[in-house]
Amino acid sequence: MENTHNIERHEYDVIVIGAGGAGLRAAIEARQQGKRTAIICKSLFGKAHTVMAEGGAAAAMGNVNSDDNWMVHFRDTMRGGKFLNNWRMAELHAKEAPDRVWELEAWGALFDRTKDGKISQRNFGGHEYPRLAHVGDRTGLELIRTLQQRVVALQQEDYETHGDYEAYIKVFAECTVTRLLKDGDAISGAFGYWRETGNFVLFDAPAVVLATGGIGKSYVVTSNSWEYTGDGHALALLAGANLINMEFIQFHPTGMVWPPSVRGILVTESVRGDGGVLRNSEGKRFMFDYIPEVFKDKYATTEEEGDRWYTDQANNRRPPELLPRDEVARAINAEVKAGRGSPQGGVFLDVSTRLPAEEIKRRLPSMHHQFKELADVDITAEPMQVGPTCHYIMGGVEVDADSGAAAVPGLFAAGEVSGGMHGSNRLGGNSLSDLLVFGRRAGAGAAAYVDGLAARPKVESELVDAALEEALAPLNRSGENPYEVHHELQRTMNELVGIIRKAEEVSEALEAVEKLKERVRMVGAAGSRIYNPGWHLAIDLRNMVLVSECVARAALLREESRGGHTRDDFPGMNPGWRRKLLVCSTADGASVQVEEKLQPSMRDDLITLFDRDELSKYLTDEEMAEFDGIAKS
Amino acid sequence: MSYKAKFKVWRGEGGEGKLEDFTVEVNEGEVVLDIIHRLQATQAPDLAVRWNCKAGKCGSCSMEINGKPRLGCMTRMSTFEEDETITVTPMRTFPVIKDLVTDVSYNYQKAREVPSFTPPSGVKPGEYRMKQVDVERSQEFRKCIECFMCNNVCHVIRDHEENKTNFSGPRFLMRIAELDMHPYDVADRQDAAQEEHGLGYCNITKCCTEVCPEHIKITDNALIPMKERVVDRKYDPLVWLGNKIFKRSSSNSK
Repeated sequence: MENTHNIERHEYDVIVIGAGGAGLRAAIEARQQGKRTAIICKSLFGKAHTVMAEGGAAAAMGNVNSDDNWMVHFRDTMRGGKFLNNWRMAELHAKEAPDRVWELEAWGALFDRTKDGKISQRNFGGHEYPRLAHVGDRTGLELIRTLQQRVVALQQEDYETHGDYEAYIKVFAECTVTRLLKDGDAISGAFGYWRETGNFVLFDAPAVVLATGGIGKSYVVTSNSWEYTGDGHALALLAGANLINMEFIQFHPTGMVWPPSVRGILVTESVRGDGGVLRNSEGKRFMFDYIPEVFKDKYATTEEEGDRWYTDQANNRRPPELLPRDEVARAINAEVKAGRGSPQGGVFLDVSTRLPAEEIKRRLPSMHHQFKELADVDITAEPMQVGPTCHYIMGGVEVDADSGAAAVPGLFAAGEVSGGMHGSNRLGGNSLSDLLVFGRRAGAGAAAYVDGLAARPKVESELVDAALEEALAPLNRSGENPYEVHHELQRTMNELVGIIRKAEEVSEALEAVEKLKERVRMVGAAGSRIYNPGWHLAIDLRNMVLVSECVARAALLREESRGGHTRDDFPGMNPGWRRKLLVCSTADGASVQVEEKLQPSMRDDLITLFDRDELSKYLTDEEMAEFDGIAKS
Repeated sequence: MSYKAKFKVWRGEGGEGKLEDFTVEVNEGEVVLDIIHRLQATQAPDLAVRWNCKAGKCGSCSMEINGKPRLGCMTRMSTFEEDETITVTPMRTFPVIKDLVTDVSYNYQKAREVPSFTPPSGVKPGEYRMKQVDVERSQEFRKCIECFMCNNVCHVIRDHEENKTNFSGPRFLMRIAELDMHPYDVADRQDAAQEEHGLGYCNITKCCTEVCPEHIKITDNALIPMKERVVDRKYDPLVWLGNKIFKRSSSNSK
């Protein structure tokens, strides 16, 4: 049997867990700063969930409308997040996104172009100007491929210099990390297994960047793939780091609703950005009835004005189909509940009457393909049926905005697994840019941390033994089938901590999660260690229940509705809650504690970018008095 | 609406295996990958299959369904008769790890052998200016989701293990074409395409184009134009002379 002494072992300066946009960008940065870097990913290299991103990367380059700049982008991001965002992250993001997009072009990315040959930019929900750099509706694929190819380019450089492609950057594909290891307080490495063989592997490294994405697989209806089991969230918690904003989950308004097997798969927001409209069973464009007070002056009130906006944005307001995602998702939910839904339980999203067929195929090729192949629907001739789907978690590891550092020395996080940047609701297009901006920063943060270390932390053999025992346990049990437990968890979260929440239901979910924890401890996996999905799921379940508990506990505490957290029993936004972050941690590795923490006030030069009128909709009277003081001086 | 389907699924590891029979429920609107997942959940929890997005965007669930390379997630059950036995096997060109999962490392190795995008020195990020028509050719090839079914189906390596060393397969010959057609790429790729990556092995049977789930016209738009570029250079006496002189002078300067 394996033990600490004969286990496969690798030494690196920085290990990056996750090979989506954030992970790859972090690894590229660490390697460019001369660090020996490992990329560890559960799937094959280049398959990460980033490929699913369709719409684009938001960056205020001003290529289509020269009035755009970082300040406008910053304002849109804060508005979208209902002012709960970590404002420093929103600032860095808005300022650095253009450079990160241009850099991709220098690495070979081919974005769609404007007439004068620049990168084209498209409209998207919550963005004041056309801002999303895109490639048709497959921008995520372009991003992941470009970063993948950049990693290969660096490997080719290393081959030239050292005669070894993998001298400074190596991809460990189909490898799952189950535990982070520490020496005292500081990170010393990570423990995992090869999916292919079931053999264990130990990484000895002083810095770990988490870039594992989200938690969608705890829900039944989700746009997320099997990889989204909250691994990074759980690894961070178990290593002693904090999670924030876990109550905020984005339900993307437009997922496919039929056929049942593809329910939840994403229908890009670009459909609406490019002119698609939402209608109920009565044929009404219902979004005009759902413009919230805080956005009243920014959205068109008639169909005519909304339609004119596509060609003349200077003199018209945008159509309400392009409200932030949380608003649209709730509106669709309400229409279906009121009995005005489509035959298959969604609403109609129609682009067929809005654009010529050829134009639809050119702008939305993968949507055309997806509906044709999976639902036998021709979107150039008939409307789609769509409904909300669990898409993205705003919450994640609490990090330092500038370096991506978590509370545990040596631990960093970037992308969806980190929290703060998007506040209570993420704008479409802000995810791809987030990955690039904070992936780079976390890679640089990890490199700088390694440079500043006096001595390399050591891997404690007892921790490795414990991790090994934990990972093997399901194989040695003849307990319940893990798929059953997983389905039960998904149903619980979907029904009780879904898009609309209330105290009784969330409490019920917490009781159910408690019981599921017991069952997770008892699940058994039949078969060998070689590529055994049942065993892999049994291990992932630990992460899913832990993270689900965070979501439910935070959701129960936050007694207001804001962004991706809607409480039926507390329908309004409460300014008193705006600055409060709910911080999750675990002391014993099994149960979750939540504490309130106040977010620091926005810097003076940032808060004065907003009008007094707008701020007064979000801030407390006390905060407004403070603002008036700043504005006067 | 639901019925019981007969499946034969290849099971095995370590070079050995056989087709196993299953009878399994099928519901309206389902695809082959759904059925494989149902087998995992109800009858064979350790059945190995790769998958990710379940929407034809990541290229993970490549398999052979009734002998044809297909994405499991994009093959609707309604395309089969209810009484038809459906046979699911792993991709044949790559070594099987277990069940439907194959060792596709050949592809990653070939990817690494294609020199990366090489822009001219002096163009700074943000200064790139390209026309839409000029990027469209390469954009078509960048739609590739790396399902590796084109390489799997290509007879040059499907039936000839010995050709794998000298042949990069349609996927990476297309990658070379993509870079060669990139408006800003300045690397010379045509000789290498022929001599190092085995473009000459391709005899344009278009099997790769037929299986491409992204409907990329690999043969017509990438491989044939690439062959033409190589041929133009080979038989153009001026280019030939220029090459000789260039090669000689560069070897002298070493």
